[in-house]
Amino acid sequence: MTEPTTIPAPTQHPDQPAAQSIDQLVAHLFRREFGRIVSHLTRILGARHLDLAEDVVQHAMLQALNLWPFQGIPNHPKSWLTQVAYHRALDILKRDRRLDFCEDEGELELKAQLKPRPFHPPGEALHFTNEVADEQLSLIFVCCHPSLPRPASVALTLRVVCGFGIAEIARAYLSTEIAITQRLVRAKRTIRDQNIRFEVPGPTQLPDRLEAVLDVLYLLFTEGYAATTGDCLIKNDLCAEAIRLTTSLAENAVTAQPQVHALLALMLFQAARLPARTDAAGDLLLLEEQDRTLWDRSMIHKGLRHLGQAAHGDHLSTYHLQAELAAAHATTECFALTDWEHILTLYDLLRQMQPTPVVLINRAIALAQVEGPAAALDALESIPYDDHGQRYRLRHAAEGEFHRQLGNLPQARTFFQRALSCAQTDPERRFLERKLKSLQKNALRRDDEAKGDTSKGL
Amino acid sequence: MPEYILLLNQPEAKFDHLSPEEIQSLIAKYSAWRDGLIKRNLLCGGNKLVDRTNRILRTENGKVLVTEGPFSESQEILGGYFIVEAPNYDEAVAIARTCPHLIDGQSIELRQIDITPPPTQH
Repeated sequence: MTEPTTIPAPTQHPDQPAAQSIDQLVAHLFRREFGRIVSHLTRILGARHLDLAEDVVQHAMLQALNLWPFQGIPNHPKSWLTQVAYHRALDILKRDRRLDFCEDEGELELKAQLKPRPFHPPGEALHFTNEVADEQLSLIFVCCHPSLPRPASVALTLRVVCGFGIAEIARAYLSTEIAITQRLVRAKRTIRDQNIRFEVPGPTQLPDRLEAVLDVLYLLFTEGYAATTGDCLIKNDLCAEAIRLTTSLAENAVTAQPQVHALLALMLFQAARLPARTDAAGDLLLLEEQDRTLWDRSMIHKGLRHLGQAAHGDHLSTYHLQAELAAAHATTECFALTDWEHILTLYDLLRQMQPTPVVLINRAIALAQVEGPAAALDALESIPYDDHGQRYRLRHAAEGEFHRQLGNLPQARTFFQRALSCAQTDPERRFLERKLKSLQKNALRRDDEAKGDTSKGL
Repeated sequence: MPEYILLLNQPEAKFDHLSPEEIQSLIAKYSAWRDGLIKRNLLCGGNKLVDRTNRILRTENGKVLVTEGPFSESQEILGGYFIVEAPNYDEAVAIARTCPHLIDGQSIELRQIDITPPPTQH
């Protein structure tokens, strides 16, 4: 048998249905409410009950699916969902308490919140925006605790803060639902075992804790931004969520550190370019080919504002450098005007702090613009191979391009073909196939020219 | 106008793993369908039936036997109903056809409700 759960009475008798507008369900309302109610319940019950909070909110939403088709959408959908979730939580706590008898504090507070107002409570009226924002931040700090592996933090943040479903997370990360579920279970167990507190950490802990949070939010964003794999719609949502959560950090007095503004600026500059990144057929366009009038100006302006706010303190984070790099592109009218020397300088600084293959490959691409393809090829060849297959694609495509520019067409073909064999999406494949085809055309033209030359010579 | 009942059959526990976004989009579909009927004054009511309350009572040799209803995953159970008005059965079919309940693995049984009035007394 399922647990008995108190359901708020329908707002009207089912025999006289009143017209309800679906406009009440604003976009992503359920997703947003999921995070809000889970945050609030976890604040009351403690992070060790994160599992319970997640379950009861999911339950409330399923109840809505059961009942609203018949009863219509209630006048206060948020309150309805909140109430059903709270009642369910109380029922489960009561059931479990049979063992240890005393009511715990969380349970009492939950009861108190449900008591005075029969239908209007916790949803909207009781909470001020600040309180809701603080609860959400505290939950982010729980999910992104340094003692959790980063992939687990990413999945947990997406589930409980952003209200994504397991299948959606699996789709975004090309993983299986079972793998994601296990990751979540282990993460929640760690939170319980380590007694991680539901709070925004104080000044002494803040730097380390914040670093982990930014790491996770950046991973979330890059996964959404990378046009590599997975479901396209979900990916755009990942970018939007990363920006939303980073914004909430930037708006909180305690967490609004310079590197937070830097990361937010970086995300905004990159997201501003999203509309121009593919053509009408969905094919990838290079920075050089993009129609810059499609870049989102207001996002770029916002990015610049946060980049300005990032310029405080004496700590230069990698986000600062990456934001500067993104700003350099975002504020340049056309590709030909790009200040590659400035960009190369920034990559040189970034390379000292973060000598990862991706940084080194991108630096080589900037180097090609400043010193030419031969220098860039030398730089690429000195980069060690790591075990991350995806990066080979970028590397081989760059190697192919530099060889092409140097006129080494057979080598160019070899590298583009290698890149093609690592490509993971159709747009990527089509992009590389286009490259290969134009190589072939060039080669044919050269053959013809060569023939022409010989015939002249004869 | 004659009234018809749409009996909504569905397998059990089909929706447990839906994401909040998917739940919202399903609700929006039902809501749009419902609003359309209400605007045309065709919806008389409807209710969800509580899950797992499906005992079946029957008599054998004069004794009442109570058994649990079908609980196997593959079997459909009655999950809820709508009552609509329609000028005739075909129109009722047209209404039921557009109900968001009709997705793979679910079905609607459509029955006319007999509202023949009692004979007038002389």
